[in-house]
Amino acid sequence: MDALNLSTSIDWAFIDKVAEESGGTPSLCYQCGNCTAGCPYTHYFDYPVSQVMRLLQMGQKETILSSKAIWLCATCETCTTRCPCEIDVAKIMDTLRIIARRENKISEKDVKLFYDSFLESMKAHGRLFEMGTLMAYNLKSGHFLADAELGPKVMQKGKVSLFPKNIVGKDKVAKIFTRFQEKAKKHG
Amino acid sequence: MADREYAYYSGCSLEGTAVEYDMSMREVFKALGLTLREPEDWSCCGSTPAHTVDHVFAAALAARNLSIIEKMGTQTVTVPCPSCLSAFKRAHLGMTGDESFKEKVNDLLDEPYNGGVNPKSTLQIMVEDIGLEAVGNKVTHALPDLVVAPYYGCILTRPPEIAQFDDPENPMSMDNILEAVGVRVSPFAFKLECCGAAFGVPKREMVNQLSSKVLSMAIDSGANCIAVACPLCQQNLDLRQSQVNSTMGTNFNIPILYFSQIVGLTYGLSPKALGLDKLIVSADHIVRSRITVQEMEQRKQAEIEKEKAAKAKPKKDEIKAEET
Ligand code: SF4
Ligand code: SF4
Repeated sequence: MDALNLSTSIDWAFIDKVAEESGGTPSLCYQCGNCTAGCPYTHYFDYPVSQVMRLLQMGQKETILSSKAIWLCATCETCTTRCPCEIDVAKIMDTLRIIARRENKISEKDVKLFYDSFLESMKAHGRLFEMGTLMAYNLKSGHFLADAELGPKVMQKGKVSLFPKNIVGKDKVAKIFTRFQEKAKKHG
Repeated sequence: MADREYAYYSGCSLEGTAVEYDMSMREVFKALGLTLREPEDWSCCGSTPAHTVDHVFAAALAARNLSIIEKMGTQTVTVPCPSCLSAFKRAHLGMTGDESFKEKVNDLLDEPYNGGVNPKSTLQIMVEDIGLEAVGNKVTHALPDLVVAPYYGCILTRPPEIAQFDDPENPMSMDNILEAVGVRVSPFAFKLECCGAAFGVPKREMVNQLSSKVLSMAIDSGANCIAVACPLCQQNLDLRQSQVNSTMGTNFNIPILYFSQIVGLTYGLSPKALGLDKLIVSADHIVRSRITVQEMEQRKQAEIEKEKAAKAKPKKDEIKAEET
C-alpha cells in the first residue's frame, strides 16, 4: 500500500457516516486479521478486508470507495461470524458498496451491471425473469455470449422459461422502486 | 402427526433453474404430513442485488411478501432458498428490533408488515418441528453405495445473529437429517466455504476457482455425491461443473443433489417426481443403486455371517501379523 499522509487525508465525516449507516463500530477493530484469514475472496481483493477496516479507521474515503474489494465481497458472512470484537464486518462492506453506488464510484462495472439487470427484471415483472436478466446483462456489458454454452443444457432440462411470469401485483413492486427513488432524491 | 400448516415461499429460482428443489421439497413435506400454502401473488425477495442499493429498500422488497404471509394467518413461513431466507430474516429482525427502521420500510409499502411472521429454512423445519425420529420413520429404501458430502454454503447458518439456527462454524442439521434417513455422510471440511455465490455471470473465473475447491475437497473427504440446500450452490457446482473442468483442467463428474432429493429417494418416491432427471451431472447410478430396506437388512446379515465364518478360521497372514 502507498504511504498515506494522514494529516491531510482523514475524512472524519466519512468515518461517522459509515458507522451510523452500518450500525457498527469499526473503531473496535484491532487488526487481528481473522476476517481476512477466512475470506474466500481475499485472493481477488485489492485490499484485504482487514485493511479495508484499517483504511476506514483512517478515514481514507477515496481509496475505499474506489477499491475493487467492496464490489467483489460476496457477503458470505465469514468475517462477521469470526470477528472477536463482534464487528459486523460484512454489513460494513455492504454499507461501503451502497455509498460507492450512491456516489457513482463503480470499480467493478460488470458486477454492478449484473445486479442492475436483476433489479430491472424484478421491477418490470415482480419476479426475477432469469433468461431476460442474462440477456439484458449480455447486451449491456458487451459480453454477448456470456454463459451461452450453458443455455442448451438448461433448456433441454426444461428449467428456464423463455417468457417472463408477470405477477398481478407487479405495479405494487414497481412502486417500491419509485417510492424509494423519490425519497432518495429528496434526501440528496 | 399433529396438523401442521406452513406458508411456503419457494422464490424465483425454484420456478426456474432450481425447479427440482421445489418438486422434491414439496414431495418430501407431503410425505411428512405437512400442508404448504403458497402466499398469493408473492414477489421476488430482492436477494443480493437489492442490498447493494440500500438497506431499507432491500427490506421493503422482502417485507412485501412478509406482509402477504401475515394476512394468511399462518405464523411460520418456510423458505428453501437461503438467500430468500436471509432477506426475510434481515427484514423481519430489523423491523421488529427498530421502530424507525420499521417505519421507513413500511413507508415504501402499500400494506405494512407488523412483524408477525417467523421465517424458517426447510432444513430447520425438518430438524426442529418434525424431528429426526419422524423423518427417519418414513424411510423405505436404502442407498448403500452412497457417501454424501453435506454442503451448507455460506449463509444458511450465518451470521448466527440472523440465522438463529444450527452452528455457524460446524453446522450438523443436514448431516443429521441424512444420517436419520440411513445415508452415509463424509467428514467434509468445506461445508461452509463459499462456492462463488452470485458471481457466476459477471465473474465466472472466480466462481470456477472457488467451486473447484469445494468439489475437490468433497471428493477428498471420500464422498461420491454432494448434498446442497441452496439453488445458487447447486447451479455453481452442477451446471457449471463442465465450465470448472474446462477452465481448471479438472475432470470432476460428481452429482450435486438437493438434500430433499436424497431424502425423497429413501422414502421410495419416484425419481421423476423428485426431479432427478433435471440434474446436469447425471445421478442415474445413485437411483439404480437404490434397494429396499429389507434387501439392505439381508445384505447386512449376509455380511455378518461371512465375517463370523472368516473369524472362525483365521487366515494365515492374520496369524503372522499377530505374532510380530
Ligand atoms: S463477507 Fe465479504 S469480506 Fe467478509 S469474508 Fe465474505 S467475501 Fe470476505
Ligand atoms: S476480525 Fe474483526 S478485529 Fe480482527 S481484523 Fe477483522 S474486523 Fe478487525
